Amino acid sequence: MKPRRKLTIWLVVLVVLHGIIAAAGFFAPYDPVEQDRERPYVPPMHIHMMDPQGHFRLRPFFHPLRLREGSFDQYEEDATRVVALHFFARGAAYRLLGVVPSRLHLFGAAGARVYLLGSDAYGRDQLSRILYGGQISLLAGLLGAGVTLFFGALIGMAAGYYGGWRDELLMRAAELFLALPWLYLLFALRAFLPLAVSPLEAFLLVVVVIGMVGWARPARLVRGVVLSMKERDFVRAARGFGASDIYLLRRHILPETASVLLTQAAILVPQFVLAEMTLSFLGLGVPEPMSSWGNLLATLQQYNVLVSYWWMYLPALAIVPFFLGYLSLASALQERAGTYKIEEKGGWNPL
Amino acid sequence: MRYFVRRTLHAVFLLFGVSLLTFLFSALTPGNYFDEMRLNPQISPETVVALRAQYQLDRPLAVRYAHWLNAVAHGDMGFSFAYNSPVGPLLWVRARNTLLLTVTATLLAWLLALPLGIWSASRFGRAPDRVISWTTATLLVIPDLVLALGLLIIAVRTGWFPTGGLASVGFNELSPLHKLRDVALHMALPVIALVLAALPTLVRHVRASVAEVLDAPFLRAALGHGIPQRKLLFHYALRAAANPLISLFGFSVGTLLSGSLLVEVVMSWPGLGPFLLEAILARDLYVVIGGVLLSMIFLVVGNLLADVLLYWADPRIRTAASAK
Repeated sequence: MKPRRKLTIWLVVLVVLHGIIAAAGFFAPYDPVEQDRERPYVPPMHIHMMDPQGHFRLRPFFHPLRLREGSFDQYEEDATRVVALHFFARGAAYRLLGVVPSRLHLFGAAGARVYLLGSDAYGRDQLSRILYGGQISLLAGLLGAGVTLFFGALIGMAAGYYGGWRDELLMRAAELFLALPWLYLLFALRAFLPLAVSPLEAFLLVVVVIGMVGWARPARLVRGVVLSMKERDFVRAARGFGASDIYLLRRHILPETASVLLTQAAILVPQFVLAEMTLSFLGLGVPEPMSSWGNLLATLQQYNVLVSYWWMYLPALAIVPFFLGYLSLASALQERAGTYKIEEKGGWNPL
Repeated sequence: MRYFVRRTLHAVFLLFGVSLLTFLFSALTPGNYFDEMRLNPQISPETVVALRAQYQLDRPLAVRYAHWLNAVAHGDMGFSFAYNSPVGPLLWVRARNTLLLTVTATLLAWLLALPLGIWSASRFGRAPDRVISWTTATLLVIPDLVLALGLLIIAVRTGWFPTGGLASVGFNELSPLHKLRDVALHMALPVIALVLAALPTLVRHVRASVAEVLDAPFLRAALGHGIPQRKLLFHYALRAAANPLISLFGFSVGTLLSGSLLVEVVMSWPGLGPFLLEAILARDLYVVIGGVLLSMIFLVVGNLLADVLLYWADPRIRTAASAK
């Protein structure tokens, strides 16, 4: 496949995936914190098209679940009741993209709650929590990557442009950060920041911690570009005409680093989403009742959940399509730039 | 010899840098282990102040750093508040378990990656190569957290492997052979997770390096001389392709340590992972610093090992080093 075409395809895939998460309110049938204490750990429900009499129904429906006789956590379908699934139904109020108030949901049911991916310990809808949790995880990844690239570009440009002892110092520091195992670094950074904080603060903290970890690689790559650029004739000419350092960096050198920065972004975002998941999974990140892909998985640390309620694992799978999209995008970007270095040879490129 | 002295000095410098950095960060930390005590009405403020003084948390940063360096030189790496004992021995027990896991996983991963990568390269673009490429691509898009949790669920539901811990309950009564078997069984799950996480990158690098070498004229000539394929691949091609792979080994140590940290927490392996996590939640400062430093030591040792291997495998480096 042509690199350009590949790039377009994966960009579209990623835009669609992010769109679904961004419009979580519409795709999620319920509010992510709305509880149903009568229905803890409901398994994913089956959606039927054939009713018990064997007749085909155009509108998909489900049988509400009831507790099995003599059991406290085993559910069975109540075949006597039939609840139809309504598309574009009205339900819980939410704000689309955080702005537009709406009550419209992709689907919903009147009379009984539908749990497509099961429910958690408080009877909260797992599908809604995964969709809303994605907003937190992806935002943390995107912001973290933004912070990292900003500092990486800044440091890389300073090191490459000014050279001398600054370059030496910054690149030694970069080596240090590259050498450290990232999870240890994440742990260490997190250890030195406050533990008990509000959810919003915790989120910002996670972004900062993640953002501080990865600056070294983009900084080194940007430095390389700057080193080769600053000796180019047009840069020298501009300097000869009296252009200031800041002007040269901003106008002539920064645009040349765009391709490197873009590729790095495609590599960093999924890594940072994963970093957020890891921190929150370990209880060092975003706290309840906010949901993120990481803290949704935290319940799996309880043995009984692990053994009995497999659908609590589903949030983990949500990140896989994003990984696929971003890694393919990164490989397409690299192909387009024609920079296929040894370092990236082990990268993701199935074709 | 000069070559190794220089590398070792570099490593020591790196360790110093990390320890200084962690200390500087720790100075910025709001709150410490004793803050929680202050909320406890049964502990008087005087006691807290006295404890702080006893552990020298009221001294300036430079003094604390000097004290800590002294402690490191004596092998105890500072004092754990939560365990009320020196950090060194506590860390070593956990580090041993972590090493057991990571060393086994590294060996296994390379033992699998080398033949798979070489095979893939020798059938470049044909069916085996495609199967391997797609498999590694699939494995690459499954993050290690997802992989580890998935394996754990499979293990719990099928009962194929014991989960959690390093040994069974009645471990001490077992015969040596059964002890070995018991530990091996407990290790299986975390090792599988680590190997599967590390394997795709390794296989891809081996494939790429070997494929590049296979194109070289000297190998075409060797093929023309009728040298058997196995000897060609494993003897000539692998040796020529070894250089970037050994560098990769150095790089992969860090990734493996991170992976191990996570897998240990997920699978309740009594290594550095759970220990460090606990220390972070308890604000047990010196344990965190010690853990980070220890991981750096592993990393440095891994890289030195890579340097030694490189020296041994690549004559160019040998001559360059002795010419200086």
